[in-house]
Amino acid sequence: MNEAGLFAGKLVRLTAEDPETVAKPYAEWARDTEYSRYLDSNPPYTFSAKKWKEWLEKDMERENNYFFSIRTLDGNKFLGFVALFELHWQHGDTMVAIALGERDYWGKGYGTDAMNMMLRYVFTELNLRRVSLIVFEYNQRGIRSNEKNGFVIEGRTRGAMLREGKRWDFIWMGVTREEWLKIQETA
Amino acid sequence: MSIQTQLFESTRLRLGPIDHEKDPEVESRWTHDPVFLHGLGLNPARPLSPAQMKKKYEAIEKEIEESHSTFHFAVRAKEDDRLVGLVRIEWIEWSHGAGGLKLGIGEAKDRRQGYGSEVMQLMLRFAFEELNLYRLSAVVGEDNIAGLALLKKFGFVEEVRRRKALMRDGQCFDLIHLGLLRNEWQPVEESQL
Repeated sequence: MNEAGLFAGKLVRLTAEDPETVAKPYAEWARDTEYSRYLDSNPPYTFSAKKWKEWLEKDMERENNYFFSIRTLDGNKFLGFVALFELHWQHGDTMVAIALGERDYWGKGYGTDAMNMMLRYVFTELNLRRVSLIVFEYNQRGIRSNEKNGFVIEGRTRGAMLREGKRWDFIWMGVTREEWLKIQETA
Repeated sequence: MSIQTQLFESTRLRLGPIDHEKDPEVESRWTHDPVFLHGLGLNPARPLSPAQMKKKYEAIEKEIEESHSTFHFAVRAKEDDRLVGLVRIEWIEWSHGAGGLKLGIGEAKDRRQGYGSEVMQLMLRFAFEELNLYRLSAVVGEDNIAGLALLKKFGFVEEVRRRKALMRDGQCFDLIHLGLLRNEWQPVEESQL
């Protein structure tokens, strides 16, 4: 793998951005109910672009801030982000979150490719042992995408969310470095 | 239990606020015991001085005030008012009625005396009858036998097992998430505490 391969996949690349550049799309995406209900258990905050810029600036100062933009290789279009949080060096585990705001790019492998890039970064650059994530029960496309990258379901937080009058589980998924490496060999 | 039944009093213990004068020295001593710290979270164990504890208490009270999603109690023995442990409900998501529970008994000699059970009995009633939560979560390493036993005694069931997500003393352990739903919760008989 060459150096560019660390941040460039088959469909997308991971980039760093000035908050100024991306604040406006974040503000717009937050109004998309499906986007925000896949991304967050909190009720959506419809922050202004100004507030998003401040939030992103503050987040950049955070310890262990690995927050990357996702852009298409073809056309350099800004699609979303992938980020690590609750990174525990001492245990070799981190949580990951991903979101694509541009709906035209859903279900076409862009998110899966971006997540694979992040896993490559976590396993071959940060040298962590495993990655955890939460995906909501009603996000079946997200679950399938994660499975393609080697994630397996490790359990469910029963009824963690109440939405549209129904209780939904948080589905916990995890992938170890060995499991991810195995998939790279066969790919 | 009735409206008048005390939320914060059990047979031998009471839950109450932090004592910013007296508690820092006591909890500073506990932070020199990795068993206490490992039971409370994933961060690396590290001793804190009384002055550092004092700052931490201030940060806790600030967080309670600003986040509106944390309840933190000092656990004291009724007989001599000494600090026995701490308990908190945190990460409350009010829109979903979900929260997380943490509990620690400080001194080794105070463990295995049933204090944990007394605190748990109070906190579950507080969580389900006062905060009206739908569910409570707790995260415990598979090496924490006492913690797992206490949670299971009160009806918590294993929901998630993050494989080898914990590394301690050079060994990998699963990280176990347990959950208890309000409709599963039953107070333990006083004689069984």
